[in-house]
Amino acid sequence: MSVEIKNLSHTYSEGSPFEFKALKDINLTIEDGSFIGIIGHTGSGKSTLIQHLNGLLTPTSGTVLVDGKDIFETKKTELIQLRHQIGLVFQYPEHQLFEETVQKDVAFGPRNQGLTEDEIDQRVRQSIKMVGLDFDAIKDKSPFELSGGQMRRVAIAGVLAMEPAVLILDEPTAGLDPRGREEILAQIKSLHRQKQITVILVSHSMEDIGKMVDKILVMNEGEVVFYDTPNRVFTEISTLERIGLAVPEVTYLMRRLKDKYPEIREDIFTVEAAKKEILKVIRG
Amino acid sequence: MLKDVTIGQYYPTGSVIHKLDPRTKILFTTAFVVMLFFLNNLWGYLATFLILATITLLSKIPMGYIIRGIKGLVLIIMLTVVLNLFMTPGTVVATLGPLTVTLEGLKVATYMALRLIFLVVGTSIMTLTTSPIDLTDGMEWCMRYIPFVRRYAHELAMMMSIALRFIPTLMEETERIMKAQKARGANFETGNIISRAKNLIPILIPLFISAFRRADELATAMEARCYRGGENRTRMKQLAFEFRDGASLVLMFLMIVGLYLTTWIQIPLLFPV
Repeated sequence: MSVEIKNLSHTYSEGSPFEFKALKDINLTIEDGSFIGIIGHTGSGKSTLIQHLNGLLTPTSGTVLVDGKDIFETKKTELIQLRHQIGLVFQYPEHQLFEETVQKDVAFGPRNQGLTEDEIDQRVRQSIKMVGLDFDAIKDKSPFELSGGQMRRVAIAGVLAMEPAVLILDEPTAGLDPRGREEILAQIKSLHRQKQITVILVSHSMEDIGKMVDKILVMNEGEVVFYDTPNRVFTEISTLERIGLAVPEVTYLMRRLKDKYPEIREDIFTVEAAKKEILKVIRG
Repeated sequence: MLKDVTIGQYYPTGSVIHKLDPRTKILFTTAFVVMLFFLNNLWGYLATFLILATITLLSKIPMGYIIRGIKGLVLIIMLTVVLNLFMTPGTVVATLGPLTVTLEGLKVATYMALRLIFLVVGTSIMTLTTSPIDLTDGMEWCMRYIPFVRRYAHELAMMMSIALRFIPTLMEETERIMKAQKARGANFETGNIISRAKNLIPILIPLFISAFRRADELATAMEARCYRGGENRTRMKQLAFEFRDGASLVLMFLMIVGLYLTTWIQIPLLFPV
């Protein structure tokens, strides 16, 4: 599914003293099957932007086209259908859990899609496995007796069970320990590979998304600053720093090394690639 | 949808009305509400309207904002009007099938509707012009003069300020959870009343859980800062009764007396005395 955003603007509480322009004339295209990272400071409009993609928020002006079709021109029932296709995992998704058991909670989405019991059961099993949990051990537990990281996974599984063609995740790793972070990111990545779905990942951390995504969308104060490959985005260090972002630590290291070894490459943002490059340069 | 609720909201403009001592405003609003129920002719309501209009102008709050507050009560007002219109016995002025409209009914219905509207407008002007903290400080002070309640004045005021403080938070939370469930294909917009009620479960349970979690966290945070109720507690900001409060109190007293005097007017306006 391709998503096209056209002249999208959104203003909160228009006409009151609390008026806030969250998005200002956004234009971009997200190709089918791509992996996009959205990064920006708090209040830069990331969350507002993604809530337009499945019609949870209605734009003040402009529109969103999904597979060429204007989603704000369609009927309510069609919009509900569309939400089955575009899965959105909110920030702190564990706050949406409500059922008595994990199995029932994950089944909420597929059940709303009107699937048969067999299909629902199969999808629930699959998606719980996909987020790295043991289905048989966890299915009858109450979601509220799980640990924070497990709750987060169950909540993500609840969206995966709908088998969306586009998966949007809003800071899925916020508040998790480093290991939980790594695991969830790795699972998202393998999901993208296996199912060939479009993934949009909102994050605060350049390190996290730099090594995973095809393209990074950098936002600042409701506007798109960059929308390009990580290699190109990470060379714009001064602009990134001006808007309160940083490039991965290792990129800074490479920059400093360049003073000593002018032939070394700067556009590197993973430790692995840095190691290779440094060895290459030093060994000549 | 939820954004339209204006009751209890604060609308800062820095006007004269905003700067008044909350106690002055509370006293006036209370007297005003009581007075509303004494009014017995349209002169009184006319005077009320003028008073409210003047205060609104002084407060610099847009009219639309205040009117939005009434919108939520349209149903209750309509119900009151319809019931009073058809259920009051007296001189019949019109018949509509089995229903009869009496002159007395017309009068009572009009008065009740005006009363409700002015009641809401009057009280929402108070909350719109007073920050929640000022409001509860004022309430606490007022409660100290009510027997029996006096002992719990601080606790009640604290409960009130916490409740007021959490209204917007819980609204936001509700909206967030609603969106999250909508993203999972939940449908809140169509269906019959039973299925709609059932659809509320995925919102209510997470909402309750988060409310309890917040309450728990807040209690811990308060205890960590050694909060133990009103005893010996001092304030950073003392309420100060200034010249403008004295002046406005006199003005307000005159307004209330004026309103009371209208009940003696014998000249009929629209309805006989």
